[in-house]
This record gives sequence, C-alpha cells and structure tokens, in this order.
Amino acid sequence: MKPAKLIVIGGSAGSLQVILNFLAAIPRTFPLPVLIVLHRNNVLESTLEELFSSRTLLPVKEVEEKEPILPGTIYVCPADYHVLLEKDHSFSLDYSERVNYSRPSIDVTFRSAADSFGSALVALLLSGGNADGVEGLEYVKARGGVVVVQDPATADVPFMPQQAMLKNEIDYIVPAEEIPAFLQGLARS
Amino acid sequence: MDFSVIQYEEMEILLNDLFTRYGYDFTEYSKASMQRRIQRLFIVDKFPSFAEFRHRLQNDPQYFRRFVEEITVNVTEMLRDPAFYRTLRTSILPILATYPFIRIWNAGCSTGEEVYSMAILLKEAGLLHKSLLYGTDINPLVIEKARKGIFPISQMQKYSENYIQSGGVKDFSSYYTANYHLAKFESSLMEKMIFSTHNLVSDFSFNEFQLILCRNVLIYFERELQSKVFNLFDYSLENFGYLALGSKESLRFSPIADRYRQIGKEKIWRKVHEAG
Repeated sequence: MKPAKLIVIGGSAGSLQVILNFLAAIPRTFPLPVLIVLHRNNVLESTLEELFSSRTLLPVKEVEEKEPILPGTIYVCPADYHVLLEKDHSFSLDYSERVNYSRPSIDVTFRSAADSFGSALVALLLSGGNADGVEGLEYVKARGGVVVVQDPATADVPFMPQQAMLKNEIDYIVPAEEIPAFLQGLARS
Repeated sequence: MDFSVIQYEEMEILLNDLFTRYGYDFTEYSKASMQRRIQRLFIVDKFPSFAEFRHRLQNDPQYFRRFVEEITVNVTEMLRDPAFYRTLRTSILPILATYPFIRIWNAGCSTGEEVYSMAILLKEAGLLHKSLLYGTDINPLVIEKARKGIFPISQMQKYSENYIQSGGVKDFSSYYTANYHLAKFESSLMEKMIFSTHNLVSDFSFNEFQLILCRNVLIYFERELQSKVFNLFDYSLENFGYLALGSKESLRFSPIADRYRQIGKEKIWRKVHEAG
C-alpha cells in the first residue's frame, strides 16, 4: 500500500459521534490532512468548526477556496458548497446543483479527491441513511485508493455503509470503536 | 457507474480549441470544477470518445452554445443568504439613497433571481425609480430567462422565508402572479433592469457603478483570473462604491485589497481610495 496523503471521511445521520470520538483520540502529532464531508441541516452549520475544535488538539479549519491542503489539519466542508480537490492539492469550492439531494455531496468530494490523489487517498464512509458516497467509493477504488466503511453493525444508521458493501469491494470494514486506531495506523504505514 | 474520463491534458486541449475557434477563454477557470462539468456533459451526450467530442465542439457552433450553457453553473436563488440582504437594507441602501442616481451591476447574474431581489429592496426603500440594475452573464440562455422574470412557484416558499429573514415586512407573494407552476414577477420591478451577455474574462468595463455584486462566480476562477476580474470591478466602481461577493469569497488575496474596507461581517467591501 502506498503511503496515504489524504483521508476523506463522509458521513450522514448517526456519524457525528463517530467523528467526535476520532477527533478526541488522535494525537497532536497526527501527520495527515483529514477532510470531513458531513451532511447536516442548515442550523448546525456555523457551529461545526467550533464543535470539532473543542474535541481535538489538531487545527480545525473550514475549507477556503484555493487554499493549499496542510498536513495534520482537520478540514470541514462549508455549508452548502461542494468541495473539490485540484491537481496541485489545493481546495476549490463549487456551488453547483445538489448531488443525491446533498451539498456538500460525499460523492462529489470522493471523486474529485480520487482524481487528484489516486492511490494516496483513503476514503472512509460512515453511518448514514442515504446512498451519497457509495458511487464515490467505487471511483476511489478504481483510481487505486483505499476504501473503508464503518461496520454497519456498529452504525446508528447502517444503510450507507451497507449500500457501499453491496456495490463495492471494500478494503476495510471497521467497527466504530476501532476507527480512531485504524486511521492512526494508516498514518504510520 | 461511468468511468469514462476526460483527462486533464484532454481538457486543456479542448479549452485551447475553444479559445482559438470561438474566442471564449475558459483556460483560467478552476480545473477540478471544470473537469467535472465537462465530464458530465461528455457522459450525458454519450460521446464514444474524446476525439469525437472535440470534433463536434470544433465544428458545430450550436453544440458549442450548449457547452457554454452546461459547463457554467447556474444555481442561484432569491435573497440568497438573508443576512447579507439585511445588511444591504440597513447599511448600504441608506448611503446609496444620497446619490441622485444609482447604478448597480450584478455580474454573473445567471437567471436573474438576485437582480429581482435587489429590485425588491430598492422598491421598498423608495429608490427603484432612480436606479438602474444591470444583470450580465456569459451564458445567453440564462439572460433570456432573466428578462422574463418567471421563476418556478415551487421556490416561492423558500424565497418568502428568505425575504422575511432579510427584513422584509410585506407579503412576498404581492410581488408575483402565480400561474400554474410559475410565478411571474411584477413588471414594475423589471422597468429598471438591463440584461446583457458579458464575459468577465474578456469583456471590458461598460459603466461606473456604486454597487457591484458578483456572488459565487469567482470561486470558479483561478487566482490570476480572479485578480484580473477584481481589477475590472475596481475600474468599474466609483470611489466609495461597494463590492459584494459570495459567502465564501474574499477580496483578501486580491491586488485591490488595500484600497477596500470590509463592512461588518458580510462579504461587502467599500472602496475607500482610488487607484494611485
């Protein structure tokens, strides 16, 4: 396996707690950038960055357009924008149509990250009640990236990881409580 | 799932073709977004190969027109980001009111929803009679739609909520006539609007304005092109005029930043010095 350069985490209903646990568990020395694409209603949006910051020693940033990706940084998608990755590993924002009723859409970011990072991408799909991210995982896999899902048995809403497992060949199926250790293992490999 | 892909190198060939053949320069658009749009068009129109896609674009101007319509993003809404419009009402319009004549340019206005939003604000402030609103876009199809002032009725509930949150106190439905699934906005709003195609990449300044709005357009441009467009806006803006951007856009990295001052938290800047 090639060393990972970017982790993208996609989550919908039931995924927030898993993300918070991961943030609480990762050490300050965590070397990889992590981009979090989370479906949420419009009310929560502005507080997400603050909420995440309160749980981790790593810097948490809302994605800004044209900004270069920095190591050891947690990035949050801004409300109501798709996040894309450029070839030079900087971010772009996109206000085009919703995909799978979602903006940000997990599929959109997975695909774009796969185009830019290829086999250096790890894509993780968490709990959720919609199929956004499922096609994106297939695309990540086709580009040589590593695809991971939360074990549906440990998901509050298992539909999303279940769909991913039905449609794709998954590299790792990881129970919720083991996700922090798993991602740290990726950073070491 | 479709894995047929337009490679970056192919996209660059294509964009160079289009510049040479039609004079439309998309080469400084952000690549990730552009590739996604081009890829989508390539798949929807079922081209068997890149070569055939390229050939069609080079030889069929009608198809090129479709290309422009499809690769530009035309997502917009009325009173998008109500807090932004509230700031326009409370902080900007009272100052514009002191001018004998108000000229406003909405650059990249798509189907015009934000131009109609502005007209509503001006009307409620008693300023519409002495205003002119220019709406421009690169895409002729959306300009035709903007001129009609007809929008889907399904959006009206959302727009009505935006309107109230923006500080509106009237009944939003008094601004349009419902007809089946369409809402036609009243013609008094349209009397002061001028819609025209304009390409921010290649076209020049065409007037001087007190307020320029360009929201969620610059995110699709690379930094250098953003700088050129900022210079165009600066040139087109009167001293002490205002420039308004989308909620995730900023003047911060632009060559004109030091001559502008941000108004509160919203993405509105005031020009405080002329270029030296």
